[in-house]
Amino acid sequence: MPQKHPTPLIDELEKGAFPSFVKEIKRAAESSNVQDNNYAQDLLGQLELSYKEKKTHWKHGGIVGVRGYGSGVIGRYSDIPDQFPGVAHFHTIRVNQPGGFFYTTEALREICDIWDKYGSGLTNMHGSTGDIILLGTKTDNLEPVFAELSSRGWDLGGSGSAVRTPSCCVGPARCEWACYDTLELTYQITQRFQDELHRPMFPYKFKFKMAGCAVDCIASIARADMSIIGTWKGNIQIDQDEVRNYAKNGMDIQAEIVDMCPTGCMSWDGNELKINDEDCNRCMHCIAKMTKALRQGEEKGATILLGSKAPIVTGALMSWVIVPFIKLEPPYEELFDLVERIWEFWDEHGKNRERVGELIERMGFPVFLKETGIEPHPAMVKEPRRDPFFFWSEEDVEK
Amino acid sequence: MSELPQRQTDIGPPHYSKFLPPVIKENYGKWRYHEILSAGVMVHVAESGAKVWTVRVASPRLVSTDFIRDICEIADKYCDGHLRFTTRHNVEFLVSDESKVDPLVNELKEKGYMIGGIGDRISNVVHTQGWVHCHSAATDASGLVKVMMDELHEYFTEKELPAKVRLAVACCVNMCGAVHCSDIALVGVHKTPPRIEHDKVKNLCEIPSTVASCPTSAISPDPAKKSVKIKIEKCMYCGNCYSVCPAMPISDPKNDGVAIVVGGKVSNLRSNPKFSKLAVPWLPNNPPRWPEVVENVKKILNAYIEGAKKHERLGEWVERIGWEKFFKVTGLPFQLQHIDDFTFARETWRMAATFKW
Repeated sequence: MPQKHPTPLIDELEKGAFPSFVKEIKRAAESSNVQDNNYAQDLLGQLELSYKEKKTHWKHGGIVGVRGYGSGVIGRYSDIPDQFPGVAHFHTIRVNQPGGFFYTTEALREICDIWDKYGSGLTNMHGSTGDIILLGTKTDNLEPVFAELSSRGWDLGGSGSAVRTPSCCVGPARCEWACYDTLELTYQITQRFQDELHRPMFPYKFKFKMAGCAVDCIASIARADMSIIGTWKGNIQIDQDEVRNYAKNGMDIQAEIVDMCPTGCMSWDGNELKINDEDCNRCMHCIAKMTKALRQGEEKGATILLGSKAPIVTGALMSWVIVPFIKLEPPYEELFDLVERIWEFWDEHGKNRERVGELIERMGFPVFLKETGIEPHPAMVKEPRRDPFFFWSEEDVEK
Repeated sequence: MSELPQRQTDIGPPHYSKFLPPVIKENYGKWRYHEILSAGVMVHVAESGAKVWTVRVASPRLVSTDFIRDICEIADKYCDGHLRFTTRHNVEFLVSDESKVDPLVNELKEKGYMIGGIGDRISNVVHTQGWVHCHSAATDASGLVKVMMDELHEYFTEKELPAKVRLAVACCVNMCGAVHCSDIALVGVHKTPPRIEHDKVKNLCEIPSTVASCPTSAISPDPAKKSVKIKIEKCMYCGNCYSVCPAMPISDPKNDGVAIVVGGKVSNLRSNPKFSKLAVPWLPNNPPRWPEVVENVKKILNAYIEGAKKHERLGEWVERIGWEKFFKVTGLPFQLQHIDDFTFARETWRMAATFKW
């Protein structure tokens, strides 16, 4: 199908070195694989208008979905459907991605074929939370897409006030630093909480992100209500020959490694690297820079942190430590039990649209610990409180 | 319409093990080390001595099914039908046979893919939907990514930086991207309060939740109009009320714009994870190529390249030299908007007599 609307402004974004999303929309608008090119055709027209007027032309949501689910589909409607009927409906379907974003080409083609038949032929690989995003279809096509996908083993992801699609780093699949199996834990969490994922029942969203180590390639500490970050106990394992090789090959070990260690727990005499492991805070800098020479300690597990979110609405939060160390091995019952206690607390006290991190700020971290039965630990704070205004309970005072 | 297959519910995603290449399956959890061979190629070596080469290419994230079919064809040819994506939207081709690496790289180059993003470089840009698909977008996201990366692409494909520089773009302050913890990030912002469409409020909005949605208590009920009112001087244009009440549109093409925040990180390497901080409060929305935004991003990046030590992330560099010096070396004007007056404001004020002239 030749282009329906002239797009001089966004055509500018076909130029330049970086791959162009405008080219991609045009491909979908012209592709003979896509059954209905009007979605992408009219998306081009409406996007051009947004570039001209400097404003969005999408209406405010709308409740659409598939039978039995309250999440997984984002309703989207054009505010000028007469002008761009192809995007009168332009709903997004979130498809739960496989762990680590690994695919076979067979699986990807299967999704492409379904989407070309029922949707715009446009996708995000992947959305910010991790889902495969199928971008743009009409209400009548939602059930057919879901039937085609689910009959082939795919399910929808989360949206709204639900568990959002859990996601993880590449983990043990292709990384030597994964301190636990991020892919397997992500799979198990997703399976365990299918009901909470598909049927919004919380005050607001709840995200899980699994990072294999403190490098945190999945940005869990910034973007997940529960951030599970791999770590270890025990001494960093040093291969002194390999350390010397790094030095021989031009690495300034004093400046690049020892002087950059945040705890000052390392020394280098030109021949041997020494680490005072008691003082190491496991930041991963030295290990990440000398991958051949240094390996993490042998007792592996994770730190669990809670509460991060973007600024809406009382300011951005980063997750903070609630469990300094946990071994993460199937069947993960200790973790699931903790999650359920946290949700109970949130369910009991949370206001509408209040994330769990904001709730704990409002109620107080000690109240949270008490109600969820988590023991206080110095790893939970940067420093103890500065003020003298603390609570005691009845059993702490003499009658 | 032809008969549909039987739907299933609550099955969850396919198990990842169905999709792992054999070399990954065999060495799962048994990797020993890795080496970065070039901007776009690395090799992971397992305890067993087995190796897997990764070739990374950029993607615009918003891709057509035909784009996916193209990369599938390449993966069939060189990777036995396996590929993966990264958390930053890159495509990775995984090769277990070294002799296939160069031919793969050559074919990718011939076909115009952008290879790179590994190591101390700029990787792909995490971003949101913008005008392509979002109702609350104050700017476009894909467009900003494109124009920024058109200028900075050499830092993806080739040139090294002192450390990784993570870029992100969010089309509004909801920040569905990792803007609040990125080295350099753009965020669409409003400068004017929402307009109340009184005739629509009573049909579209729940008044108590609309009032409660405002973080500065600027919104109160207006019983006479069966609507709400806004104390304009309290509104900081976050748009949260619009998320709750569609009858309070906040978009304002003349005043919506782009802010730049810098110095955030999520990794724990060396220093703790950091939030991004405000560098430029507002630049005009000037599509299709946002020249003012691109120029300011380059200004910040160049100052960082000039001043940072090896391995120092942007935020670590600024913390070492001090924020007052950051404004000096970048030449960015410091203004009232840079001084925090929100939830965590006090922690950000200087409670010491030490600073640089």
